[in-house]
Amino acid sequence: MNSKTILYIIKRGLLALFTVWVVITVTFFVMHAVPGGPFVGEKATTPAVQAAMEAKYGLDKPVSEQYGTYLKDIITRFDFGPSLKQRGRSVVDIIFDGMKTSIKLGLIAAAVSTVIGVALGAVAALRRNRFIDRVIMVITTAFVSMPSFIMGSFLLALFAIKLQLLPANGSTPPGLILPIITLALYPMAYITRLTRSSMLDVLGQDYIRTAKAKGVSSKNIIFGHALKNSLIPVLTYLGPMLAYIVTGSLIVEQIFAVPGIGRVFVSSITNRDYPMIMGTTIILATLIVVMNLVTDILYKIVDPRISFE
Amino acid sequence: MQKKKLFSFHVDLDMFIPATDKEKEYLVQMRPSSTFFKDGIKRLYKNKVAFISLIVIILITLSSIILPVFWPYAYEDQLGVQPGKPVDASFKNLKPFEYGSTEQEAIEAGEKVFPHIFGTDSAGRDYCIRVIYGTRVSLAVGFFASIIVLIIGTLIGSVSGYFGGKVDLFIMRFVDIIYSLPDMLLVILLSTVFKMTLNPILEGTPLERVGGNIISLFIVFALLYWVSMCRLIRGQILSLREQEYVLSAKANGAKGGWIIRKHLIPNCISVVIISAALQIPSAIFTESYLSFLGLGVNAPMPSLGSLASEALNGLSSYPYRLVIPAIVISLIVLSLNLFGDGLRDAFDPKLNN
Repeated sequence: MNSKTILYIIKRGLLALFTVWVVITVTFFVMHAVPGGPFVGEKATTPAVQAAMEAKYGLDKPVSEQYGTYLKDIITRFDFGPSLKQRGRSVVDIIFDGMKTSIKLGLIAAAVSTVIGVALGAVAALRRNRFIDRVIMVITTAFVSMPSFIMGSFLLALFAIKLQLLPANGSTPPGLILPIITLALYPMAYITRLTRSSMLDVLGQDYIRTAKAKGVSSKNIIFGHALKNSLIPVLTYLGPMLAYIVTGSLIVEQIFAVPGIGRVFVSSITNRDYPMIMGTTIILATLIVVMNLVTDILYKIVDPRISFE
Repeated sequence: MQKKKLFSFHVDLDMFIPATDKEKEYLVQMRPSSTFFKDGIKRLYKNKVAFISLIVIILITLSSIILPVFWPYAYEDQLGVQPGKPVDASFKNLKPFEYGSTEQEAIEAGEKVFPHIFGTDSAGRDYCIRVIYGTRVSLAVGFFASIIVLIIGTLIGSVSGYFGGKVDLFIMRFVDIIYSLPDMLLVILLSTVFKMTLNPILEGTPLERVGGNIISLFIVFALLYWVSMCRLIRGQILSLREQEYVLSAKANGAKGGWIIRKHLIPNCISVVIISAALQIPSAIFTESYLSFLGLGVNAPMPSLGSLASEALNGLSSYPYRLVIPAIVISLIVLSLNLFGDGLRDAFDPKLNN
């Protein structure tokens, strides 16, 4: 690592930090711009009770002061305040509870889609324009054009209701199989297409011809030269893939009733649980920003041809 | 022949022999020169997949506009509900080609009743017209969202590319920040907030039927999605300005207007159109995603996403209610994507590989 690399990492890191701050600020002020406040929909509130509630949660103070406290609590204690609807629990507690399942779901989906995607993409590239390549391309095109909620509903209808092979409820480990498949299909199709095109690109390079001329076995050419170099574009997709999996999990957890963070988020939207909405948005957004940062840095380190600006 | 001296003014007569007929032939125009646009259309016409996709898109669009005019049922009509009479429950949840009680009587009396091709939904509304109307809503959302993105992105991008310098630097840093924001999460957040804020404001205005959610979706698109278009346009303008043919046009005495009309716009427009075309499916995706989370169009107006999400409740008894909007949505997105790819191949041959 030279000084240019380190400078680049610092620059990107600062931008990421700034982005997280923008997200926190936007989230905070946007949520506070909603007219009425969080307790308007509550049953049986008198103005006195409402005032007491607002005092308890600090909502009676000016917005700028609330913002200062909110920001300070996040930075110093990683505290997003208490949930308004699940009394007695803090936002962080609820989020980390949901995270346990969601991270498992997301990581398995990411791993499955990467492994299968790269394998299918390599096969398609090596058998270019043959039957198997055509089949793979048609299937992946179909998967890329299908929204995840439709895919999830189909899988639910087919495997859980019609064939009764797998449970429809995602709260048990076997119940996670369908949500994982639903989440993994789109990134898998995308990675397949990405690997195929970059592999075709690599296979046309001079060093592959040189290796062939030298008499390197085709197995060594594929695994030693072609596959390794064609994985670089796939690496750049890791960040967007995580973003997709995070937002996709909102839908998938809803369909399969998985007790994860996505369901927490969606139900906090319908409940108007303001601190929950803010907390979940900020934590998920930070996750995505950090993952994008890591991807960017990895990409520049892995491919030395890319210049550091 | 005598060797010519280097600095001699002696005229070499060989250079002034009249051209032979064969040489003259080189100057004959074999066919009218084809414009860039005509060339692209010709290439697009040859691309079967893109052409079929275009036909599918046109068919879907036309039928979603024309069919509701002739359809005997309206998308919000609850059949079986008539003022002053008890609700006729026989109209609810009809299977395809089944009829409600009064319609059955009418058929037995020899009248013709327009069939419910896809049955009715749980509120007794004709499902086929809801799908058609939902298609129209989804297409309109995608179209307008991409127009908004196109206008904002082109404007800011060309300003950034044209002026360069500090303006460019400032705009590009701003774009970087918006680009690194997680878009979907902000879309959900902003839609939630706009839904609560806009709906009371819109009450009583003609926009109420459209609903705060769709307007908030447009606002969100206008706020967040213009950045990639802006980057694209800026890059195009920056690189086009430096091209040799622009320099050569300038050297030949072309005026600024000519260069913009003949060189910059034709070379830029294809990229703009292609990315606008590819923006439509992404907007339709986003709309259906938000509808699925309950943040889409206001009931009773249907969109393909809200139809699919309503269908989830009765999935085991009425699976076709999910399948039909799902097929339409996938068909639209697939054909728009394929058509966009075809457009790119046809109008941007440089990218062909």
